[in-house]
Amino acid sequence: MKTGTKILLIICFIAIIVFPLAFCEGSYEGADGNAAEQIEKTNPDYKPWFSNLYEPPSGEVESLLFALQAALGAGILGYGAGYLKGKSKNNESNGCNC
Amino acid sequence: MKKTMKHTVALAAILVMGFGYNVNAMHIFEGYLEPKWCIMWGVIAIPFFVIGCMRIKEILNGDRKNMVLMAMCGAFIFILSALKIPSVVGSCSHPTGVGLSAVIFGPFVTAVLGTIVLIFQAVLLAHGGLTTLGANSCSMAIAGPILSYVIYKICTKCRVSSRISIFLAAVVGDIFTYCVTSFQLGLAFPVNGSVAAATVNYLGIFAVTQVPIAIAEGILTVLIFDFLIKYSKDQLKELHVAGIVKEKIK
Repeated sequence: MKTGTKILLIICFIAIIVFPLAFCEGSYEGADGNAAEQIEKTNPDYKPWFSNLYEPPSGEVESLLFALQAALGAGILGYGAGYLKGKSKNNESNGCNC
Repeated sequence: MKKTMKHTVALAAILVMGFGYNVNAMHIFEGYLEPKWCIMWGVIAIPFFVIGCMRIKEILNGDRKNMVLMAMCGAFIFILSALKIPSVVGSCSHPTGVGLSAVIFGPFVTAVLGTIVLIFQAVLLAHGGLTTLGANSCSMAIAGPILSYVIYKICTKCRVSSRISIFLAAVVGDIFTYCVTSFQLGLAFPVNGSVAAATVNYLGIFAVTQVPIAIAEGILTVLIFDFLIKYSKDQLKELHVAGIVKEKIK
């Protein structure tokens, strides 16, 4: 893929995220509630029979855990990317096709 | 290839602007499925999980080099499902990230990787749940990846470029995940006895919000896949990822 195409793709990605923030009104809450509300509306008698074993005590702690999840992923992905890139560079400079 | 890419991007932009409902898309909550449905989806998910574990063992035993690639695919799912992206509808939802792993390692391995992420989120983040794990697994870690895998195979068979193929696979797989979630909720909570009506109801909540986010996921997947083709082509070939062999060396 050409560098230009890659940059174009990255710009599109950013635009997809920024566009709604700039032009659409909304609360932007991660309100997981909409489906649950729908269930409560159509099935008023239904009571959830099990609740989460652990819930983050506050929004801050929750964002900590989400950040941890992303950081773990990004760390591993970055390590792997560096490993693959370094390996292929080594192979090129050694003139070896393995 | 560049022209096709431009068309894809234009199509994506139109799709993104075309929707405007105020809804939100996530996994099914803890306790929001009756025990019988939890068991049913769990039973469906277990064989995929078991075969997936066996496949992982087989792949890693075959070549330890694959471990880096597999870790990267798992990490990709981790990152993407932690990213809550704002959608045009005024709320946030997150992509699934399973398309990459489905294309490279197949749907069974993806079932295991996706389920690990779901367990992490259910236990630590109160996002999804342990009782609904089977159902969420079926939608995000099994149904979505299977469709992604099939779409990628068909596209590359039709000589579509591997990058466009994986874009389509990731986007459609992501949207399909939430279609399945809607169906699962519709099945559990029919409106006036009609599963179809309820499913359409939940589709309004889930799938439509997901369209722009699915496109964002598609873009990220293409970028990573492009990197892997560049630096790990031989390994992808060994894993029999379709469409790689025909690629020209740059």
